[in-house]
Amino acid sequence: MSGAGEDRMSTNEWPLWEVFIRSKQGLDHRHVGSLHAVDSAQAVRMARDVYTRRMEGVSIWVVPSNSITASDPDDKAEMFDPAADKIYRHPTFYVLPKEVEHM
Amino acid sequence: MYTQAIDLPGGPKVVAASTPEELAFDARVAADRKVEPRDWMPEGYRKTLVRQISQHAHSEIVGMLPEGNWISRAPSLKRKAILLAKVQDEGGHGLYLYAAAETLGTSRDTVVDALHSGRAKYSSIFNYPTLTWADVGAIGWLVDGAAIMNQIPLCRCSYGPYARAMIRVCKEESFHQRQGFDIMLSLCKGTPEQKAMAQDALDRWWWPVVMMFGPPDDNSPNSAQSVKWGIKRISNDELRQKFIDATVPQAGLLGLTIPDPDLKWNEARDHYDIGVIDWSEFHRVIAGDGPCNRERLATRVQAHEEGAWVREAALAHARKQEARQAARQARKAA
Amino acid sequence: MDARVQTLLRLGDAALILGQRLGEWTGHGPVLEEDIAMANVALDLIGQARLLLSHAGLLEGAGRDEDRLAYFRDAREFRNFTICELPNSGLANCAMRGHTQSGDYAFTIVRNLLFCAWQVQLWQALTDSRNPSNDAQLAGIAAKSLKESSYHLRHAADWTVRFGDGTDESHARAQAALDALWPYTNELFADDAVDAAAAQSGFGVLGAPLRAAWLAQVGAVLEEATLAQPRDSAFVSTGKSGLHSEHLDFLLAEMQVLPRAHPEAVW
Repeated sequence: MSGAGEDRMSTNEWPLWEVFIRSKQGLDHRHVGSLHAVDSAQAVRMARDVYTRRMEGVSIWVVPSNSITASDPDDKAEMFDPAADKIYRHPTFYVLPKEVEHM
Repeated sequence: MYTQAIDLPGGPKVVAASTPEELAFDARVAADRKVEPRDWMPEGYRKTLVRQISQHAHSEIVGMLPEGNWISRAPSLKRKAILLAKVQDEGGHGLYLYAAAETLGTSRDTVVDALHSGRAKYSSIFNYPTLTWADVGAIGWLVDGAAIMNQIPLCRCSYGPYARAMIRVCKEESFHQRQGFDIMLSLCKGTPEQKAMAQDALDRWWWPVVMMFGPPDDNSPNSAQSVKWGIKRISNDELRQKFIDATVPQAGLLGLTIPDPDLKWNEARDHYDIGVIDWSEFHRVIAGDGPCNRERLATRVQAHEEGAWVREAALAHARKQEARQAARQARKAA
Repeated sequence: MDARVQTLLRLGDAALILGQRLGEWTGHGPVLEEDIAMANVALDLIGQARLLLSHAGLLEGAGRDEDRLAYFRDAREFRNFTICELPNSGLANCAMRGHTQSGDYAFTIVRNLLFCAWQVQLWQALTDSRNPSNDAQLAGIAAKSLKESSYHLRHAADWTVRFGDGTDESHARAQAALDALWPYTNELFADDAVDAAAAQSGFGVLGAPLRAAWLAQVGAVLEEATLAQPRDSAFVSTGKSGLHSEHLDFLLAEMQVLPRAHPEAVW
């Protein structure tokens, strides 16, 4: 780990980690909350105990909170509006032959 | 009920919005859109939320103790397992809530320190002792019942992380009240001693639970700002009335008598009327002079202090590992 | 008594008594995340105990269910290894009684390391495809418990390493706990007539053959933790034959009080 790790460790508090869970049938990891742990291995194990109650088949990601960069909500307009008029990105735009309708 | 202390004098005043940011913020809340951690928010909003969320978290953590006391004495292995799971859930809920509070720029150490030093409050109800197994049933039935009523509207709180934590809590909470009622049902269908135990627990817990919803709205001038900000969704009196209306029939099902001679159905109001609440008891307990305030706090402080070497050891080991990793990488690069 | 019933009582009582001890930590742990983790271990152990004791009662055929066995036997009839009943505060804290005495997290973690490593070996032996237990129910319990105990072992091993290779204080506490607990592990591998009979019938397994793998597993953790493996002692505790330490009776007095006070009650 680099200098960012040293910053986190300079206080006596355990670092904060954000937790993302993908359920057994899920497609994406969803943010579920945070917890304190001293390293990534402990963070994963604790996430399992706290956020999944040890359900099987779930995938857990933990990320140091400091590592997350968030978009500025005031940028919303420029960053997201343009997608609204590109409707060809949406699957329902296309009418497909019956044989491949499930795609 | 987690706003008990906020409702007392000294809380945030209603301030008219004036700046463009404040007006935009008010409009957003009024439109039921969520406020997220990176959004601009009035300092009063942020402060109120930190207090409310952290006090809610403290309540869950301190709330582990009165029921936790009975895990070792649970009268069947099934009840022992269920109670352990419930108390563990409460710890988990505290953790989700501390996490939500931390999104507002505070740290867990800071809010926990506020609890241990007595500056932060937790729900008054956990300052009462659990004297019998029936108390465990009464807490599940009444206290968790009240908590669920309070938490469902909070799922629509304007602050995103708090609302989402509440949704997760409510999902897990569903079994808490049921297991409490189930305990009471077993007792009431049991031996005369068991039935007496159940009635005795209700006699001692009823009024503290009624008080748990906080002072009447005409004594809570500061709720108005919380309502405007989308933090407080239903008034204390409304919640209290809802709870009483739901619970009286449940007591009837159990064959238990609620210890209020003035309790009666009011046809005109379509609600139950109750007797006079002794608010001096509530204020005493909130101020630190309840039956076991000192013990509850001392227990948490002791756990924290005695656990210091454990937390330090984990940090020390992690630092050593980091240093070793860095040294290995330096050698590779060389 | 039937060697199969005896064996099930030994396994079930061990899980129950250790589960009882670990449950005492709820609300008192050193950090919230650990409160939740340790409660998970306690819950799993109580679950194992319920399955094992129920099966024991069934095989015994005297109408005793899991609760009858848990709440109405005296200390002399309990069959857990002594290591399970030792107080969370350890053996060095000889002040006033009661579990208002402070728990020693190093003692708790190291005890879990030693005991859970044994459980993993045991469950593996009972489900070993070459020679599993001939009792389908016990093999089933073992298969389920193996997953849980493997997790408990990892949890204890991680913490043992953090303690041993953490601060001077945590290292000293962990070493002291290890030194105090080591003699109590001999009982896990000291086979007696009951073990021999259970193994011979194909129901259970002998303890002694499990020691080598157990020692390898535990030894690896101790090495990473920079802890010194204690010298073997000649002490063998006798909990599995019903002769316990002074601690069990206090534990049972608390655990059993309510049903004993209301013998006809259903809860």
